[in-house]
Amino acid sequence: MITSVQKTARTQSGVTPYSGAWTEKEVTHLLRRTMFGATKKDVDYFKNKTMSDAVDELLSPSSTNPSPPVNNYNNARITDPDIALGDTWVNGPTNGALNNARMNSLRAWWVGEMIHQDRSILEKITLFWHNHFATEMQVYRDPIFGYRYQQLLRENSLGDFKSLVRAITIDSAMLVYLNGYVNTKNAPDENYARELQELFTLGKGADSQYTEGDVQQAAKILTGWRINRTTGVSYFNPNLHDASDKTFSAFFGNKVIKGQSGAAGENELDELIDMIFDEEEVAKFICRRLYMWFIYYEIDATAETNVITPLADTFRNNNYQIKPVLEELFKSEHFFDAVNRGCMVKSPTDFFVGLMRKLDVEFPDSSKVADQYYFWLLVHQICSQQQQAVGDPPSVAGWQAYYQAPQFHEIWINSDTLPKRNQISDVMIAVGVRRGAERLVVDAIQVAEMFDKPGDAKALVQDLIDYMYTLDVSTDQKDHMESFLTSGLSASYWTKAWDDYKADPGNDTLKNIVNLRLVTLMKYVMNLAEFQLS
Amino acid sequence: MKRREFLKRSAPFAALPVVMNGLPITALGSPETNNILSKAFVNTDHVLVLIQMNGGNDGLNTVIPTDQYTNLSKARSNVMIPLAKVLVLDGQDGTGFHPSMTGMRSLFNDEKLSVIQSVGYPNPNFSHFRSTDIWHSASDTKEYWHSGWVGRYLGHEFPNYPEGFPNTDMPDPLALQIGSVVSTVCQGVSVNMGMAISDPDAYYKLITGNYTPSPNNRAGKELDYVRKVAEQSNEYGQAVKTAGEKGNNKSSKYPTEGENRLADQLKIVARLISGGLKTRIYVVSINGFDTHANQVSATGGNETGVHANLLSQVSEAIDAFQDDVEQLGLQDRVLGMTYSEFGRRIKSNFSLGTDHGAAAPMFLFGANVKPGILGDNPTIADNVAVNDNLPMQYDFRSVYASVLKDWFCLEDTEVDTVMQKTHQQLPVLKDSCNTSSIERAKLRQAGDAYVMNYPNPFRVQTTIRYESDGGHIVLQVFNTNAQLIETLVDSEVPAGEHEVVFNAGTLAPGTYYYRYQNGSLQQTKPMILVH
Repeated sequence: MITSVQKTARTQSGVTPYSGAWTEKEVTHLLRRTMFGATKKDVDYFKNKTMSDAVDELLSPSSTNPSPPVNNYNNARITDPDIALGDTWVNGPTNGALNNARMNSLRAWWVGEMIHQDRSILEKITLFWHNHFATEMQVYRDPIFGYRYQQLLRENSLGDFKSLVRAITIDSAMLVYLNGYVNTKNAPDENYARELQELFTLGKGADSQYTEGDVQQAAKILTGWRINRTTGVSYFNPNLHDASDKTFSAFFGNKVIKGQSGAAGENELDELIDMIFDEEEVAKFICRRLYMWFIYYEIDATAETNVITPLADTFRNNNYQIKPVLEELFKSEHFFDAVNRGCMVKSPTDFFVGLMRKLDVEFPDSSKVADQYYFWLLVHQICSQQQQAVGDPPSVAGWQAYYQAPQFHEIWINSDTLPKRNQISDVMIAVGVRRGAERLVVDAIQVAEMFDKPGDAKALVQDLIDYMYTLDVSTDQKDHMESFLTSGLSASYWTKAWDDYKADPGNDTLKNIVNLRLVTLMKYVMNLAEFQLS
Repeated sequence: MKRREFLKRSAPFAALPVVMNGLPITALGSPETNNILSKAFVNTDHVLVLIQMNGGNDGLNTVIPTDQYTNLSKARSNVMIPLAKVLVLDGQDGTGFHPSMTGMRSLFNDEKLSVIQSVGYPNPNFSHFRSTDIWHSASDTKEYWHSGWVGRYLGHEFPNYPEGFPNTDMPDPLALQIGSVVSTVCQGVSVNMGMAISDPDAYYKLITGNYTPSPNNRAGKELDYVRKVAEQSNEYGQAVKTAGEKGNNKSSKYPTEGENRLADQLKIVARLISGGLKTRIYVVSINGFDTHANQVSATGGNETGVHANLLSQVSEAIDAFQDDVEQLGLQDRVLGMTYSEFGRRIKSNFSLGTDHGAAAPMFLFGANVKPGILGDNPTIADNVAVNDNLPMQYDFRSVYASVLKDWFCLEDTEVDTVMQKTHQQLPVLKDSCNTSSIERAKLRQAGDAYVMNYPNPFRVQTTIRYESDGGHIVLQVFNTNAQLIETLVDSEVPAGEHEVVFNAGTLAPGTYYYRYQNGSLQQTKPMILVH
């Protein structure tokens, strides 16, 4: 637990349901944390509902089974002999020569799902589980494994955590990534058994006292899992399973899991998971992980008592169903507490996927699948350059921002990534990125038109600040921003320029006059430190 | 003289990544990006200081054509500067400066300041915004370029920027803008090549201007963190700060700080140059030239008032800056240029002001300017109409092109690349690149007619006869609103006498101007179409 933070107002608030104001500010806060970027449309949609209904809707994705990634890669150099351009490859057959192309298809598609997310938490919580049960595609190198892995996370993202742990344990991607598929009675591999406890369920908190012996015993239980080369699906091979009894430490009450031979050996896994989940620390550990993902990285003693403990109770009382925990958290006074707003350093996906969504950047539709995936992959690459490669977190521990004290989320921002964030937003709003006839670019005029009075320089600057930042800025700073629109002249010149454009929107001269000024203003807005917080 | 040096490349370029700065190379837009490994840049210590006079400066009350005084007085009696107050210039009978411009008059007489008459562009736009954009991008009036000419120049010299910068060859910002009004002149094809600062002392302001105080909560803590990284990661910030600390000012001519914003800005520029900053371009600005009303004082005489105060500030600032530059021993390195998005209407309005106009004079200053006045006094008609404007004599892009060639030492083809088309160059600078001068012997030979038309006045058609000394000839016809009616010649023409017939077709009767340019030599003359 972190205890010393110099400049931090504190709060006593807990999980009591929030009953305060429900204005655009609160809606925006909720959407920033549960989705990528709070778009104008979504804020307008939810502000007409109650807070409770809004949370309920966010926690009820319409589907967890989006149409799968497709062949976007057929071109002059590569031809998939089995799958046509635009058809999905996830049902096979596998084709080693196409692994790289298909993995990029999956990476692009995954980010595409984030960009085009519906009004739900699905993408944010799926990414949470990807960080939690981290695997690296570039290690297991199988696109079909990768697709199934993320579907497993997606479909269980709001469901039964205990079932998810069992399923991920024998997921092919995970079996390869942590060597579970070569864990046999003659050559036990402790890799997964360790992470199962250290990273996935119990954590390394003060109350997590499992031992090295427990790791070794768990490894024996997990022996015998293999992957079918044809189907790519895992199966239990009793001949490779260690059928001896496994005795655990005092932390687990000296529990003995009786060794079983034959097909029944598989059942030891359920006993192992039951044993682990009997520990109260599991619920607390997961609730702390959720807290750090959705609220802030510091969990002070008050938050531990007033938030983590009751959330963990809810988790256990609901048999490890995830949704009730999130519901309690997002409806709580603590979530909406002023102290917890605007304090998240944007992750690269928050920054860039959020930027694309907030500024309503248009992507090619599925009739142009090559262009569409190209731009999705571009977004993926930019997030990767910013150190968040979706599909390839840096290690089994996930991204450092969610575990590495004392900096945590601040790790995202350094002297390399911050200037690049500024360059990226500069390019996206000025010239964009071109591919053939398609261009990915922010339409600054369209952004200005989201607001009520784009012809009023002062109002537009304030609206933009409210939309892009959680914090307000000083009058000096606003005056400076206005000067981008007025070019140092009277504000009436901006009003006239805007009105002239609106009266004759097809006139390129009038359009360029307002566009250039909006672009310059928006660049500046996105270059300020305030834009890096969510 | 070794004009070009290959940029010493550091490690990141050994293996070019698929993406640079998180963007595919194609996103950077410039075809030059692909040639970065072989790119050479001009090794120069020359500095250009751009002074933007924001709002549209009244050129006719700045550089006053006293030989047109009678007609000009008819057109704008209520803002006319009393003839006796006009500052006389050495060797110039028919042209003087506004009475406020004593400092610039001294510089002119000392041959450190030159005037280029009636600078503009064909088919001028009278919107502040649009015309400013045109001056910054250097596009034609119907073209829309998002990049600025300075940005393209710097992008041409340093095509890989900002990847790998700063480096030992170019450790400092490529361009610096001092002050709060942001211009797009430094915008490159994809990234902005400039950096804006308001005060080199205040390091924390380097990137963002004035910070908003951070709140005392978690968000404030993270905001402080991001700002700290922003400061640390701006390596240029430290370079500027160091130069600001190392540099100094020596002139006693600067006014007290806070009294003249432009002088304050130029003082910072001098200090940074003297502190060793290798920055090539500085952009400063002064607001307030949009003098629709009360540009002269209603009570204090027409030589006083808003416009007089503005010109006084400009003159005082440039004079002090030039004095400083000389005392600092930097005179051979520094060139200054003023510009404004347009001049103002010939005819004044009833509110003691003038409306948006067209061509206006530009000033160049520094030890390397060709002294004197380039171009002729504008001809003011006897009966100026409300919408009449001065025809341009020189295209502002010819001035830019000349600076790129003779100050930043680019080859002609490079100048064309930066300017995106060929513009004739002007003899406005002394040779400072050890390259062959473009100067011509015929330069500014008053009285010699290189172009004339007959008959004049004319019905329907007239013959324009002109002389070429070989090279590129431009012959254009404008109306009194400065709109381009026709380009009669725009090509290489062999030496000798030539003629071309202008057919007025259905044009309305009235005065038209024809503009002749052969390299540096240009003449603009009126002709009258009658029915």
